[in-house]
Amino acid sequence: MNTPLLYSVTALFDTPDGIIHAAEAVRKAGYKRYDIHTPYPVHGMDDAMGLKDSKLGFITLGAGLMGGAGVFAFISWVFMAAYPNVIGGKPFFSWPAFVPVTFEITVLSAVLVTIGSLIAFFFKFPNNSHPLHDTPYMKAVSCDTFGISIQADDPKFDEAAVTALLTSLHPRTVAPVCYDEAELNHTWKTFDPKFLALLAGVALLVSAATYGTMNVVLYMPPFDWMMNQNKFKPQQTTEQYPDSRMMRPVVAGTVARGFTPYPYKGMADSAGKSLVNPLQPTAKVLALGKEKYLTFCSPCHGNFAKGDSRLRGQFPNPPTLHSDKVRTWPDGSVYHVITEGQNIMPSYASQISREERWAVVHYVRALQRAFNAKESDQQ
Amino acid sequence: MSTTQVPYQKKELPSSVSAFGAAATIAGAIIVALTFMLDHSRGLYNNIIGLSVMTSVAVGALFYVSLEYLAGAVWSTPFRRVLEFLSATVFVVVVLALPLFANLHEVFHWTHSEAVAKDALLQGKAPYLNIEFFTIRNVVFAVLWIAFYMVLTHFSRKQDATRDQKYTRINIRFSTAFMPVFALTTTFFAIDWIMSLEPHWFSTIFGVYYFSGTFLCALAVATFIIVSLNERGYLVAGLGKDHYYSLGTLLFVFTNFWAYIAFSQFMLIWYANVPEETFWFISRWKNGWEYVSLALIFTKFLVPYFVLLSQPSKMDARKLKFMGVWIFFAHIVDMYWLIMPSFSRTVMLGWQELGFPLLIVGLITLTFVFKAKRENLVPIGDPKLQRGIDFRI
Repeated sequence: MNTPLLYSVTALFDTPDGIIHAAEAVRKAGYKRYDIHTPYPVHGMDDAMGLKDSKLGFITLGAGLMGGAGVFAFISWVFMAAYPNVIGGKPFFSWPAFVPVTFEITVLSAVLVTIGSLIAFFFKFPNNSHPLHDTPYMKAVSCDTFGISIQADDPKFDEAAVTALLTSLHPRTVAPVCYDEAELNHTWKTFDPKFLALLAGVALLVSAATYGTMNVVLYMPPFDWMMNQNKFKPQQTTEQYPDSRMMRPVVAGTVARGFTPYPYKGMADSAGKSLVNPLQPTAKVLALGKEKYLTFCSPCHGNFAKGDSRLRGQFPNPPTLHSDKVRTWPDGSVYHVITEGQNIMPSYASQISREERWAVVHYVRALQRAFNAKESDQQ
Repeated sequence: MSTTQVPYQKKELPSSVSAFGAAATIAGAIIVALTFMLDHSRGLYNNIIGLSVMTSVAVGALFYVSLEYLAGAVWSTPFRRVLEFLSATVFVVVVLALPLFANLHEVFHWTHSEAVAKDALLQGKAPYLNIEFFTIRNVVFAVLWIAFYMVLTHFSRKQDATRDQKYTRINIRFSTAFMPVFALTTTFFAIDWIMSLEPHWFSTIFGVYYFSGTFLCALAVATFIIVSLNERGYLVAGLGKDHYYSLGTLLFVFTNFWAYIAFSQFMLIWYANVPEETFWFISRWKNGWEYVSLALIFTKFLVPYFVLLSQPSKMDARKLKFMGVWIFFAHIVDMYWLIMPSFSRTVMLGWQELGFPLLIVGLITLTFVFKAKRENLVPIGDPKLQRGIDFRI
C-alpha cells in the first residue's frame, strides 16, 4: 500500500479569539492556501485572513438588474401585446401593478445567481467529495470549535514547519488530513448496471407520483371543487333577479370599448346616401363575401340570389336581388338591410361582422353583374 | 464577562453647539409666532407637521434604545446614550401638542358635531373620532412614552456608577413591554393627528407608513450626531468603519422599508380604485402637489437608496452625515406631503413652513446639550461596552 497523499495539516481552537490569532499568524508566516472553518461567522475574520472585498456583490447586482429588467419587459409584453386584457378599466401598461412581481423576481434572480456563482466559482464545485469531509476535523468545526487547515499545495508548505507553527499557537489538537485512497482512485462508470437501475427506478417513481397526483389525488374530495362549483351557468334560471335570467343582459346604453354604434338605425335613406363600401372587390374580399353569403343569405335568397330559397315554403320567398330596384340601390342600402333587416328578414348584425357585411355587398354586386352582364364584360 | 474599565474622558460639547441650538430655536419661534399671527390655521397645520416630526425623533430614538436591549446588540452600545438623549425630546412633544389641543376645532373637521350629524361616514367613525376619547388616548400615549423614557434611561444611568449587569436585565424586561406599546401608540398617534385630518379617508396601512418613517427619521438624526461626535473624539476610542457600516446598513434597510410600505399603500389604493380611498392620492397629484409627491420619492427613496447602496459608502463618515441630515429633511417633506394638502388644495410653500423645522432642530440641539452636560456620552457601566467597541463586521 502507498503512503497516503497529504491534503492539509489542521488545527482546532476553542475560542474565536484563538482562531483570529491563528489566522493572523498563518497569514504573517506567508501561507496563501489555507482556510478557516467556524461554526458561525466570526467578526473580524476578513481582516485577520487579509481577504479582499468580495466581488460577489457585482454578480448579485448584475443578476438583480437583469432579472428585474427582464421580467418588467416580459410583463409589459404579456399585458400590452401577447394577451391584452382590460383589467379594472386600467390602461394595458399599468406599471404599478408590475412592480411587485418585478421586485420579487429581482430578488429571486439575485439570490439564485449569487448562490449559483458561490457554488461554481468560490466553492469550486462540483467535486465529488472534499478531502475534509467526514473527518473528525469537520465534525468538530461544524459543532463548537474553530479550525484552520493549511493545504499541502501551498508553495511554502512543509509538513514539519506547518505542524510546528500550528503547535506554537496553542491549539487543542493538530492533525494531518489525507486524501481518501478510495475517493482518489474512484472512477465513474456511466453504464454501471446499478446506476442504470437506479435511474430507471427514479424515473418509475417520479412517473407514478406524477400520475397519481394528477389523476387520482386531484380528484379526491375535497380537491374536486373545480368540478363542483357553487356557481350559475349561462342558461340557468335564478330567483335572484326578477327576470329569472342568470346571464345578465348588458345595461341599457352600454357600448363596447372601441365600438361605434351603427349610426343609421331606422334611417334607410340616409344609410344609402352616406355609407360607402370601404373594401375593394379583391379576390380575397369576394371569397369572404361568398362564404358569408352562402352561410347566412343563401337559405332564403338562394345560391344565386334569385329568391329561390331552400325553405320549401315554410317562409315566403324573398324577391330576387336581380330586380332593377335592387341593382340600382346604392351599396349603403344593401348594407343597411343586412344590418337592420327588412320586412320579415331579421337583422344579421350579430352574425355577420361589419367588414364581412361589406364583403357580402361586393359578392351580391358580383352576382348581379353576372346575371345582367353587359356586352363589354365579355372582352 | 470582563469588567475592565473602558477609558472614557468626558468632554464638554463646544459652546457653538448650544449657540446654534439657541439661534435656531429663537429664529424658529419668531417665524412660528409670525405665522400664527398672520394665518392662524396655517400655523396650526404646520404645528402638526412639527409635532409628528418631533414624535418621530423622540419615540423613534426610544425604539432603538429598547431594540438594542431586546436584540442583545453590542455594536450600538457605545453610542446608545445619543439615542437616549434624543428620546428626551419626548417632553418637547408634549409642549408642541398643547397649542393644537387648544384649537382642535380649527383643524379637525370631525370635531364639529353639526358636520357629523349630516355625514353617515363620520357618524360611523364617531365612536373613535370624538374629542373626549381623542384627548384621553393621546394623554395616555404621552404618559406611556414619558414613563418608558424615564424608566429605561434611569436604569441605564444607574449602571454608569454601579456597573451592575442586573440593570441590563431589568431594561430588557421594560423593552419587551415597550415594543407593543410603541407599535400601537405610534399607529394611533398617526391615525389621530395625521389621518383624521381627512376623516373620510380609509387606509389600513397608514400606521405602519408613519412608523416606518419614524424609524428612519430617528436613525438619521442619531447617525448624524453619532458620526459627528465620534469624529471629534467625544465618544470612546475604537469606533470606526464597522460601526458606521452598521448604521449605514440600518439607514439603507429602513429607507427600503419605508419605500415598500409607501408603495404598498399607493398600489393597493390605485388598484382597488375605490373613490373613498383614491381621492386622497388624487388631491396629492394636482394643483402643484404632484411636484411635492415626486420630490418625496426622490428625497426619501431614490437619493438615499443610491447613495447608500454600495458597501464603501455605508462606511463613509462624510456620506453618512450628509444622509443623516438629508433623511431628516426628507421626513419633514414626508410629513408636509401628508398634512398640508388637507389645508390647501393648491401647493403652499413659504417662509411659514420653515418655522417648525427650525424650532425642532433648535430644541433637539438644546435638549441634547442639556443632557450631555449632566450625563456621560457613553454608557460606561454597560457590560457590553467593550464588546461593542471591539465589534468588527
